[in-house]
Amino acid sequence: MSVDAATVRKIASLARIAMTEGDVEAMVPELNNIIGWIEQLGEVDTAGIEPMASVIPGHQRLRADVVTDGNVRDKVLANAPQAEHGFFAVPKVIE
Amino acid sequence: MTATHITDLGIAGIRDGFRAGTFSAREVADAFNAAVAGADALNAFIVKTPDHAVAAADAADKARADGAELGALAGVPLGIKDLFCTEGYQTTAASGMLGGFVPTYESTVTAKLFGAGAGMLGKLNLDQFAMGSSNETSAFGNVISPWRRNDGGNAPLAPGGSSGGSSAVVAARIAPGATGTDTGGSIRQPAAFTGISGIKPTYGRCSRWGTVAFASSLDQAGAMARDVRDCAIMLEAMSGYDAKDSTSVDVSVPRWEAGLSADLKGKKVGIPKEYRVDGMPADIEALWQQGIAWMKDAGAEIVEVSLPHTKYALPTYYIIAPAEASSNLARYDGVRYGLRDLPDGANLQDMYAATRAAGFGAEVKRRIMIGTYVLSAGFYDAYYTKAQKVRALIARDFEQAWEKCDVLLTPTAPSAAFALGEKSADPLAMYLNDVFTVPSSLAGLPAMSVPGGLDPQGLPLGLQIIGKPFDEQGVLNASLAIEQRAGFTARPGKWW
Repeated sequence: MSVDAATVRKIASLARIAMTEGDVEAMVPELNNIIGWIEQLGEVDTAGIEPMASVIPGHQRLRADVVTDGNVRDKVLANAPQAEHGFFAVPKVIE
Repeated sequence: MTATHITDLGIAGIRDGFRAGTFSAREVADAFNAAVAGADALNAFIVKTPDHAVAAADAADKARADGAELGALAGVPLGIKDLFCTEGYQTTAASGMLGGFVPTYESTVTAKLFGAGAGMLGKLNLDQFAMGSSNETSAFGNVISPWRRNDGGNAPLAPGGSSGGSSAVVAARIAPGATGTDTGGSIRQPAAFTGISGIKPTYGRCSRWGTVAFASSLDQAGAMARDVRDCAIMLEAMSGYDAKDSTSVDVSVPRWEAGLSADLKGKKVGIPKEYRVDGMPADIEALWQQGIAWMKDAGAEIVEVSLPHTKYALPTYYIIAPAEASSNLARYDGVRYGLRDLPDGANLQDMYAATRAAGFGAEVKRRIMIGTYVLSAGFYDAYYTKAQKVRALIARDFEQAWEKCDVLLTPTAPSAAFALGEKSADPLAMYLNDVFTVPSSLAGLPAMSVPGGLDPQGLPLGLQIIGKPFDEQGVLNASLAIEQRAGFTARPGKWW
């Protein structure tokens, strides 16, 4: 699978990373090199093999449905680039 | 005892000397703080925290004077990789994205270490978001290894990565021990490059809570120190179940230090034939053979084993780790913490894209792009699901090997430390450095690197022991058998 500039622009947009045309041009051969290399996995016979998502066999743990944390609004906001009136502030999203 | 003598001690030596009253914890903290202050040329620290080390030392001295019970690490100052969130102290993951981020909470691992009486000398430099094998991707500049080749050229060498600040300070006697994290070899490869010991425990032993996430199914914290005993002491204090990490494993922490034994009678040591890779330097092969002889001398039986999917481990890793990274790093959006880049007239989407373009380094962007690509519609099964299946086969290889042996012995890295800049232009060449460490990471196994000797250029080489799940004791003991026979005492001459 070969990656072209249009694909890099699309992936960058999905990843929310702004790229100049120069960045895109530089990224094309880099991604092609790496993706060409990882494609060797195609030669491994994986018929009937379950995908491994975690090395820990077993279950997802559940905890009791009780409040264990919270009421730390100011701590949560302490590192926000912009916080106003106890909220995170972002550029206007409604015209 | 003079300050130099104190900084020559490791964790056990400091703990025991402090308890015996040979010196005070404050003397120890002052000696190491001075060593830290004098080592700026290594660029190993992003933030120095002498106040933290002194406060912990004063508390330890008071506890000793009061006859109170002393924690396992009372009086011991440590370096902390800047991937662990430390309450009130800047935590950056060596990225501009987190410049100025001061956590309002403490990671579980550092909370445990500080709870055991340890103090913090500072936050250690690393590859940005732990992505790298040479510490050249940090936004705060390269860490310089304290080691130099014996050719008189003084070329600055890589301390390994991603835990390069950690390996540099332990090797340079600036900290007796340091935390590391290992996703694909980030504890073991830097330990090998700098002639120190480093252990990555079984996945799930150390809580990931409060550690900046890279690839969550692989990330594990571990200990880096001068010898096996020191690693055992530190790992014991770091490990343990944590309800705040859903992948933390609820098993008790053995007393690894008390269980140390270099007698390997009745143990079988497996030699995986697929680790004999093309182009491996003769020095590495010779050290591996020497390691086999040491294992036999310690009473172990040597058996050849096969891990047939070894060659697919790196490409598997470079699908899974970037995929998880692209998801984990989606949180850096310029809204909740860290950098915000808001160009004039930008809307919310523009702000996200500008912030992430400005905040992430080149290698981080590269991996986010790979991860986004392999997870994107139409490619998910061909890449990501396929890689998860191959991962299952790699784990099965190890399970089958455990039917024949108790631990595996391999080299840690395919070369000694390289010079800064030597591999940074070619991402693939850099990725290949992790060829011996990545398979055990994918299988979640405990693994350790210990120094075995020097190459002809006078640089350290490491041997790796890989163990069964939750058999850190077996890993530590086989490593101790190597350590006792290698008699590795080389250390870098001070030039910084």
